[in-house]
Amino acid sequence: MRTAAGPIVIPNFGKGNACVTGNHAFCWGWVRQHWGDTLQPALVQHVELTAIAVGIGFTLAFALALVAHRYGRIEHPINIVSALLYTIPSLALFQLLIPFTGLTETTIEIALVSYTLVILFPNVVAGLRSAPEDVLEAARGMGLTRRQILLRVELPLAIPAIVGGLRIAVVSTISIATVAAFLGDYGLGDPIFRALDDPTPFKTEIYSAGALAVALALVCDAGLVLLRRVLAPWAGRRLA
Amino acid sequence: MILAEAANLHTFVDAFRFIGDNPGFLATKAWQQLELSGAALGIGLGVALPFGIVLGHLHRGSGIAIGSSIVGRALPSLVLIAAFLTVLGIGFVNNMVALAVLASGPILTNSFDAVNRVEADVVEAARGMGMTGVQILRRVELPLALPLLFTGIRIAAVTVVATAPIAAIAGGGGLGDIIVNQASYRLAGVLGASLCVMILSAAVFVALVGLQAALTPTGVRRTRVGEAPTGKEPQ
Repeated sequence: MRTAAGPIVIPNFGKGNACVTGNHAFCWGWVRQHWGDTLQPALVQHVELTAIAVGIGFTLAFALALVAHRYGRIEHPINIVSALLYTIPSLALFQLLIPFTGLTETTIEIALVSYTLVILFPNVVAGLRSAPEDVLEAARGMGLTRRQILLRVELPLAIPAIVGGLRIAVVSTISIATVAAFLGDYGLGDPIFRALDDPTPFKTEIYSAGALAVALALVCDAGLVLLRRVLAPWAGRRLA
Repeated sequence: MILAEAANLHTFVDAFRFIGDNPGFLATKAWQQLELSGAALGIGLGVALPFGIVLGHLHRGSGIAIGSSIVGRALPSLVLIAAFLTVLGIGFVNNMVALAVLASGPILTNSFDAVNRVEADVVEAARGMGMTGVQILRRVELPLALPLLFTGIRIAAVTVVATAPIAAIAGGGGLGDIIVNQASYRLAGVLGASLCVMILSAAVFVALVGLQAALTPTGVRRTRVGEAPTGKEPQ
């Protein structure tokens, strides 16, 4: 076709991918194309968010549990507080922290650390308590000091319970961290929220980011099961 | 994505003012959220509870129970809601199904575990007295399993109520509608609604702890209810 000004030039935007434009069930091409600029950075951020939260949460929970184990009394109140804290919806907790720490990664981490603390503390305390009385008696009879009993008897025996707590904490944190994208462009929740912003959400983006989150959780869970088998081979082969 | 809005402690005062100014509106939204949660929990109970109890009674399928607890924990609520949205569209049904899946995990695992771990001696004695399988289940295993079974239901219920605000991004309604719509309600409204969600889930938690205490047979009341389920022996 020709007009007075010459041929009509239709700009070439590249070959439209039928799968992407038609929003088919799953487009591997899109995943390959956007792995580097969308999915991989989101996955790395997600791992960072989780690692920081579990690291800080575990340190705090461990320290508190040692205090609770030594002095007893604070355990029951902390358990009640933690059960109630866990009823706070993540979306609400993120929002409640904004007046204090703003729309920052700190806000996300404070919320995530609170949840890990709530999960880990009861588990570590239960683990430290799990040493049978006759075992402690034998240790005392052998002349071990209180500190030696903690380090050589109670802590090793607590490993299965501690790792059990870590499994729940890591997997829950990975799950809750997807909601963190509501506050900013963090982690695997971000591609999902962006897809949902569209009136017809792009399925591949939701499925691929979602699958990565689930896969990350399952891999971490399996890794912790392995860790327990290495650290506490006596603790049986039960999976859960 | 939410807007950056200058916020300080006064925002909390405004949040309480928002609650005070809109009690009817917030109650309607809270009721919507409870309806959605109730429907999801109902489906979860209807599907997962009988399944877990029967598997526990037969002492079979521990792999299914353990696997469902692992996978159930690994499925983020946001991912579930977003994934079901692409299949079922925006609205009540999509969120109900997603939350029901979320509820099924703890219900199935705990009901299986609760019935499965009833002491073999007790079941043996009941069988010796001539009870049939159904009678053993109804009169022996279920009463003994009740505390742990109810713990699973409580975890599922609190999880569903606490997750329901996320449903607002997929047209699920409820208090989440306010939380995800800062453009209309300002940060004060968002915080007010968040506080209401906290109160709602804490109320559900407390109500279920009370119900659990009331329903537990006196003879079974060994463990203190309301504690985190860590498998800890009572002190």
